[in-house]
Formats: sequence, structure tokens, C-alpha cells
Amino acid sequence: MPAPVNAGTALATARERALAVLGGEPDDQTLGRYLHGIPGVDAVGLEQRAAALGTRSIKTTSKAWALDRIIELIDLTTLEGADTPGKVRSLVAKALTPDASDPATPRVAAVCVYGDMVPFAVEALGAAHGDPDDGLISVAAVATAFPSGRSSLAIKLADTAEAVAAGADEIDMVIDRGAFLAGRYGEVFDQIVAVKEACRRPDGTSASLKVILETGELVTYDNVRRASWLAILAGGDFIKTSTGKVSPAATLPVTLLMLEVVRDWHRLTGHRVGVKPAGGIRSSKDAIKYLVTVAETVGEEWLVPHLFRFGASSLLNDVLLQRQKLTSGHYSGADYVTID
Amino acid sequence: MTRLAVPKTYKLYIGGKFPRSESGRTYEVSAPDGRFLANAALASRKDARDAVVAARAAVSGWAGATAYNRGQVLYRIAELLEGRRAQFVSEIEETEGVSRAVAAAQVDEAIDRWVWYAGWADKFAQVAGNANPVAGPYFNLSVPEPTGVVAIVAPQDSSLLGLVSAVAPALVAGNPVVVVASERFPLSAISLAEVLATSDVPGGVVNVLTGSPAEIAPWLASHADVNAIDLVGAGALDWIALEIDAADTLKRVLRPENGPDAAAPALGRIQAFTETKTVWHTKSLR
Repeated sequence: MPAPVNAGTALATARERALAVLGGEPDDQTLGRYLHGIPGVDAVGLEQRAAALGTRSIKTTSKAWALDRIIELIDLTTLEGADTPGKVRSLVAKALTPDASDPATPRVAAVCVYGDMVPFAVEALGAAHGDPDDGLISVAAVATAFPSGRSSLAIKLADTAEAVAAGADEIDMVIDRGAFLAGRYGEVFDQIVAVKEACRRPDGTSASLKVILETGELVTYDNVRRASWLAILAGGDFIKTSTGKVSPAATLPVTLLMLEVVRDWHRLTGHRVGVKPAGGIRSSKDAIKYLVTVAETVGEEWLVPHLFRFGASSLLNDVLLQRQKLTSGHYSGADYVTID
Repeated sequence: MTRLAVPKTYKLYIGGKFPRSESGRTYEVSAPDGRFLANAALASRKDARDAVVAARAAVSGWAGATAYNRGQVLYRIAELLEGRRAQFVSEIEETEGVSRAVAAAQVDEAIDRWVWYAGWADKFAQVAGNANPVAGPYFNLSVPEPTGVVAIVAPQDSSLLGLVSAVAPALVAGNPVVVVASERFPLSAISLAEVLATSDVPGGVVNVLTGSPAEIAPWLASHADVNAIDLVGAGALDWIALEIDAADTLKRVLRPENGPDAAAPALGRIQAFTETKTVWHTKSLR
């Protein structure tokens, strides 16, 4: 988000917050003590709660509201090796006009591309490039050796700085899962802080930082909770479930767990952090379950583009089909929405 | 010692599975003398929606299979029907209240019709297609291609024969179908689905809904992802309204037919659900 916040003070306060919560320097030892001191996750209870939230029946006007809100919260994504400037331009066209048959369709929050595709996305968006809170569309770029995160810090920082310089408003970074699983929490923490620093622009503003935990590789719910705390302590503006390249990607229980961390952090510090489930959310029905979970866990005020996003590509078409069903009264088909 | 009766649960057939109606509804199927026979699932519009999704997913596999392979698969259905002949005969005897001989004749006719249509699978393109004469050194070939998902309102006054007569021709050309079975005689339709499930027909190629055609047909007629609708058994419905609904999405429509000859075997029923593709190809100059 290109919010007019002085990144210097924002960072300083983030660090101060972390120091106050941790009660010491964020090294392996302190972080280890803190993260392992967090109570374990009741896995059965978590999955049961998520399943219960998924049974809500959302119909008629509520459904219409939910569908439009889902579109407004989508990071329309293309992250393929085969991405071309033309593919990015068509993605942007879809972001600007999701459904040509209904001009009342809202726009998505952002387009999410690889760093080298940022200039094409920025160019294609033109005047529509900006803050989704103002009805404009942001450009998000994945960085830091996405999706594996296996490279040196210098390369990760260069990757980030390049995307920001090209005009990215949001950076989706991946944490070093290897370091996290090996217990080198300080290293993960420092990398997030360094990437956050690399998000700064010369004018003092800063690109928003989404920290991808890749929950599918963290194995346990306890690890997801620890990684969430770690990412938030280090100053991430968003915590994001997955890259979409690893299965399982976003699941409802994992997202619920991350939302609970965000809620606890807000209670503790008054600071709001966003959540972005990404990967595997393909149907409107699933997406509505996420909206319910957000509203019930952190509150409806989180259902805004700078606090909640869906990382998705095929989800948008399904939402459009549902929308067409609601407006026309009959079932629609894939022939009536664009192919990507 | 008397055995406890084990009555059969008649469910829907969608995407190769046998789900209950998502609505949870059922309706009583009775013999003509009013005797209770079974509870059948009363499909809702959402079951129809799910069936269309399943059929759409099956298009590439079924339309992409070779004509010869489709013929083999359809013939195999006839083989399996033959093996369960007795079950169908007694089912029809009970539901339609006809004599054993009449029921047996219907089953025989249905099996023969499968075989007849199966034979057409790798032959109808030669008859329906054409090599068009053109002024130039080109082959100009017109070939019939499947149209896509076909919705069918099966003939309402027959258990098995009407259903087979409507479903088989649509399958021959490579179209997956969603069929609304006879409301009064739905049991044979589900038994046929059991035959299909254990034959080589891929899941989703045939989807069988039981319940009220008056309730379901409008949703299928207006569904934008259905490419054609066969209203052969919709004579008692407001089928003109269905045809108007279908026109909105440019569906192919077959109109209702009444009487014992409804959906009589014909090459035209196969061709009704095809699109003609014409291609040019250069001839050798010597």
C-alpha cells in the first residue's frame, strides 16, 4: 500500500514493539524462548471451529454483498514461468473490467506478478494504478527468490529493491523455511526486517510487505502459529499462507489460526496486521467461508483491501459466474467469462 | 424364519456417483394399484446444476474418445443390460403394472436399441458428413462434431425404453447428457445408472436426475452451460416457454414427441446434437 506513512518511524515503532513484546534483542535465543513459550494449538478444536464456520448459509442479498466484496479483496495473480508481457496485460485488463457484461462489477484489489513483470503491469494499469482503498488497483510483486526462498540475502534484497523501483506497491516475500525449521529464528527475523527496509522508496514511503509463511511446508499448526508471530514481530504488514506452488496451500483452519494470531497481536499492541490466504481457493463457496471466518475472528472491519486479501486466479471467474446467476436468475457457464 | 426385507435406496446419478438430492427431498413411487414401491430422490435445481458441472467436465474425455471406442463402450452397456435383464423386467412389471411379457418386450427393445445406436457410433459421420465439391485443388470436408452438454427430459410414460431412446443417440455423437427421468417411473432409470456405473462409461457422461421435470426443466433450459435440450418427454409441460428460455443461449432444441413411437430410433436424433465442422485441405497437385 503506498500509504503516506513515514517508513522510518513505522520501522522504528515496529522494532520497538518487537523489543517490548520479546523483552530483549531478537536473536535465536530470545525468539526461541518466546515462540516456544506460546501455547500449542488445539488441532482438533481448530479444525472443528473452522468446519463450523464453513457451514454458515449465506444467501440472496448477503451473498451478493459477499461476492462483490470477494472481488474487491482479490489479488489477481499470474505466477508462471510462461508469463509474458501480453499475459500480464490481459491480466490487468481482467482486473480493470472483470465482467464486461456488467459494468457494475467491482475491480480487484491488486494484480500479483513476478518482479520482472512489474513494469508491464504498471504500464497497463496507467491511471488506474494506485491504492485499492481509493478504488484503484495496486501492483504486488513476489520477491526474495520466490517460491523457494533459497538464495543469499543480497540477492533477495536486490530482487525486492528492483520490484519496488519498478513501481510495485506491495511485496510478497517468502520466509526461509529451512532456517525456520532448523530453529534459526533470528535469521528469519533479520531477513524480514532487511526486506522491509528494502521496500522503502527514495521519497520515504514504503511498499507494503506481505510475508509468505508457506504453511504447507511448516508441517504443524504450532509452527504456523510461531511463524505468524515471528513475521508480525519482524514488521510484516500482512501474513500470507502460501506461495500457491506447494500443496496443501491455503486451508481454512490454517487461515483461522493466522487470524487468531493477528487478533491477539491487535489486542496486545493495537496494531493491525493483514492476512492473505493464497492458493487453492477456487470457488465462491470456499471464499465466502473465509469471509465468515474473518468476520467472526477479527471482525468485519478486517474485510478491507489493506487488511485481507485472496491470492487467486481462477476464483475470480467462479465469483463472476455466481454474480451472473444472481443478476440474471439463470445458471451461467464458462463461455460467459474470459479465459484468464 | 422370515427374513427382514432389504429395500433399495434409489438415489441420483451425478458425475459417476450416487448422491442423495442436496435438498434432502424424496418422493414416493407407487405401483399403478397404489401400492408403495420405493422412495426416489426428488432432485432440486442445485442437483441439476451439479449434474451440468459433471457433464461439462466429461466433455473432453467423451467427445475426445474415438468413435470406435464410443461404439464399444455403448455396446458394453447393452451387454450388461442383458445380464441384468431379470431385474429390469420385474421392476417394469411392478412400476408400470404391465404383464411380464410386456415388460420383457420393453427390456429387449431397449437392449436392441442400445446395440443399434452403438453401431452408428463409428458410422454416422460417414453418412452425416460429406466431401463437398469445390472449385480448386482442395478437399472440402464437412464432419459432424458433438455439440456439448445435452439436457434431456425423458419420455414420461415409459420406464426404460423411452429413457434409452433419448439418451443413446445423444451419447453416440460424443455428448455428455443430463437426463430427467420419467417422474412416474424413475426406478429403472436409476437401475440403468447402476449399469452405466459398472460399465466403461466415464463418470459424468450420463447424469440421471429423478423428480419433477416441471421443476427442473426450466433451470436446464435457461442454463448457459447446456448446449442442447431434448424436450421429447416435455409434452405435458409448458414446453414453448422452455424453448423460449433455450433460445436465450442459442441451444439446439428437440421438441416433444408423444405416443408409443416417441423418440423412435433415427439417424436424425444423432445428428440433432452435432455441429457441422467444415475444413479445407490442399490436394496433391499430381
